[in-house]
Amino acid sequence: MRYAETGFQLEVDLSRGNIERVETDPRLTELHLGGLGTNARILWERMPPENDPLSPESVLIFSAGLLGGTPATGANRTIVSAVSPQTRLMAYSMMGGFFAPELKYAGYDKIVFRGRAPELVYLLIHNDRIEIRDARHLAGKGAIETAESIKSELKDPNLQVAAIGLAGENRVYFASIEHARSSASRGGLGAVMGSKNLKAIAVRGTRDLPVARPAEFMELCREVLRYIQWRRDNPVKGVPAILAGIGSPQEMAIHDEEWHTTNFAWGNARHRRKDFWTRENEERWRRSQEQAIERLISCYNCPLKCGAIVRFPALGISKYMMKCYSKLTYVMGAMVDDLDFGFRIAGRAQEYGVDAYTTPQVMAFAMELLEAGILTPADVEGMPENHEEKFFWLLDRIARREGIGEVLADGVYWAARRIGRGAEAFDHNTIKKHEQIPIKLGMLNPIYFIMYATGEKINITQIEGQMPQMPFETREEREEFVRDWIQVPHERFKEYFLNWEPRGERAFPHYPPPEVTCELVEWQEMMHYLDDALGICAGLSSFPIKPPYHIHNLPPLVSAATGIDYDEETLWRAANRNRTLVRAVNNRLGLRRRDEKPPEDHWKKRFPELEARLLETYYRYKGWNAEGVPTRETLERLELGDVAEELIRRKVLREEAPAAVEA
Amino acid sequence: MKAETPKKKKVVKTIRIDVDKCNGCRACEMACSTFHARPRYASNNPARSRVRVLFDPLRDLYVPVYAGDYAPAECCGRDRYTIEGKQYDECGFCRASCPSRDLFKEPDSKLPLKCDMCQDDPQLQEPMCVQWCITDALTYEEREEEVEEEPAPAQELEVGLEALADRFGMDQLLEAVTRMSAAKKP
Ligand code: SF4
Ligand code: SF4
Ligand code: SF4
Repeated sequence: MRYAETGFQLEVDLSRGNIERVETDPRLTELHLGGLGTNARILWERMPPENDPLSPESVLIFSAGLLGGTPATGANRTIVSAVSPQTRLMAYSMMGGFFAPELKYAGYDKIVFRGRAPELVYLLIHNDRIEIRDARHLAGKGAIETAESIKSELKDPNLQVAAIGLAGENRVYFASIEHARSSASRGGLGAVMGSKNLKAIAVRGTRDLPVARPAEFMELCREVLRYIQWRRDNPVKGVPAILAGIGSPQEMAIHDEEWHTTNFAWGNARHRRKDFWTRENEERWRRSQEQAIERLISCYNCPLKCGAIVRFPALGISKYMMKCYSKLTYVMGAMVDDLDFGFRIAGRAQEYGVDAYTTPQVMAFAMELLEAGILTPADVEGMPENHEEKFFWLLDRIARREGIGEVLADGVYWAARRIGRGAEAFDHNTIKKHEQIPIKLGMLNPIYFIMYATGEKINITQIEGQMPQMPFETREEREEFVRDWIQVPHERFKEYFLNWEPRGERAFPHYPPPEVTCELVEWQEMMHYLDDALGICAGLSSFPIKPPYHIHNLPPLVSAATGIDYDEETLWRAANRNRTLVRAVNNRLGLRRRDEKPPEDHWKKRFPELEARLLETYYRYKGWNAEGVPTRETLERLELGDVAEELIRRKVLREEAPAAVEA
Repeated sequence: MKAETPKKKKVVKTIRIDVDKCNGCRACEMACSTFHARPRYASNNPARSRVRVLFDPLRDLYVPVYAGDYAPAECCGRDRYTIEGKQYDECGFCRASCPSRDLFKEPDSKLPLKCDMCQDDPQLQEPMCVQWCITDALTYEEREEEVEEEPAPAQELEVGLEALADRFGMDQLLEAVTRMSAAKKP
């Protein structure tokens, strides 16, 4: 008997129209937990680097996490994985909402797609009934529109639908997969779905999901819920409002955007506007937000309401669901001071199904090329005069891959290379070919340096968390902060924080010292790897400061749910195993040390020697070689011996265990 | 002298539902289904919950509805409310487990489900669904009232049997029971 997980996955070959229900190996659960971990296993086994990400041979996985659908609050993430057409590395993105729990209730932990349907189709799952259905009538439809049509044509409002819009159909390299109030946005997973001619997946499940030790598990879940309630009413002191709560950043509830608008860069990650948040702008933004937001909404089994229903009848846009930071990305990318613009354009972008981080940056990049004369008026024939309308126009071109949109749809990195004529110089905010958060700072931050450089997610918001981003001014404030800091893996982490000063000897860039930096990075990473395998929302665990889930309560929770006994050490190891496996997948796809570089201008003050030492220390800490590839010994220690064999066979690793990096 | 109708004290248990506070998370469904799992908390399955959130975010509809009595036949009239310009689905607020819809039925056996206010011994401080709704869309209240004595309500077993009889006919049901009891004899 399997607990918390169903023990089955669906294998769908879209070329042949074949569907199989396959029992999975419980040993893999023990080793990799589930979600991202087991997804990485499947990609490792079935997605050799020769397979083009957009070819029929590519593999696309939708997975629930190991705790998904259980009573654990916020265990609702769907982990979508494939190889990204943009980065050509592993893409994985977690979406909230209701999809993963429903999949579990239908009786499956995962759906693994391969092949390409001859015509546009969607997959319907209702417990045992599984059908590949014609979706030609949905071609070109918006992502939300598609979900609504499927629910109404099947007369089942309880279906949970994940769908792509036009951008995914057209294989835009930053196309998203949209579901309810959530999306799997980063890395172009929507394009992979489009390349399979798969418009949507609709799922409905009505089966029991058992846990191994019910009373014990429920009591632990109750404790988590109690802490959520307490923490919700007691924001952390000493950090900006937007970082003080739990959940995803409460962009929908909070209108105070001083922190984002004055600290993040506007345009093509170019301009800091330290004086933007005037009283007048604040007042206007507050009004727009109040007018636009109808209700705050949650994901499955979570009280935190990080999303919202946006309605804007005055502007003639239909309702849609929004979350998090997307209300700002378009506004800031387009350098428009009016928040209404953000609400308007995000609605259309969501129907097209594009990533709200990358898209505004791609458009801002195009605008800079126009100003610089690298793109000429002939390249953008038909573009309207009105500044805001230009962005709607660009968005349409990108989603349709039309005219200049054909090139821009590949994202900044590839577009810059295709356009040439010096356009590469305007690609200043990508890492590993992927657009980063538009933030440009002064002093090198060693913790963030390592996370930016080495994060497999290639997206800082899904690596960071736990630690405040800046030291607190006084020792007293720090002492106050660590008092109830139960989440630290070890007491010494409190010392690291207490000793961290804003200025002087124990300040950036030389504090924390490299070894300590590695420990802090590993803590933050491991929490994300646990969430992504367990299917817990990062907003309750790895992302905020002082979250409800942490390394001390997760082992008993996972053990009581699954009946597989984990302690802190073995759970941490499982997370580390997953982190290492994802790294190996990426190494096999070509990732090496040369790629591990934050943008040149990310910090004004850079320290090349220190940075090299940080990177090397981290590689050594992780048991990787000088190229950032896990050594044979490391892989074997993590029970990934077969992975080592394959890396050696492919000459990614040398036969003899190479000496660890020299310090 | 007329005989007085016998009175007794009764505890009225009310769950207050504030739809303005509902965020559509369905924690209430999860909590109800796991509380009623056998053994308790051994599994969860919102399809078996005795409270269901009828919700359609794009139409701003959020209605937690509690399972009421089993209705062997559908009613002859239907209702469809419009409140403050929002159109609710047909039978949107109805609590009945009735043949016209899938709501409030065990997914496999189709036996009717009914909210029992988490009957337990000792009684829970608050019903499970209320406990898990920490946004306070659901709150709980008890008060005492004097009421006339009424016949004991039908027990779960009887309601279930009645539903089976409606579905398969009394004869078939009796036959099946006889067959089963014969088969179970040592
Ligand atoms: S914290 Fe927010 S994003 Fe996370 S599960 Fe809850 S509602 Fe969803
Ligand atoms: S738990 Fe509360 S907020 Fe969530 S759906 Fe139920 S009634 Fe609504
Ligand atoms: S009161 Fe108890 S039985 Fe009734 S719906 Fe709520 S949890 Fe279920």
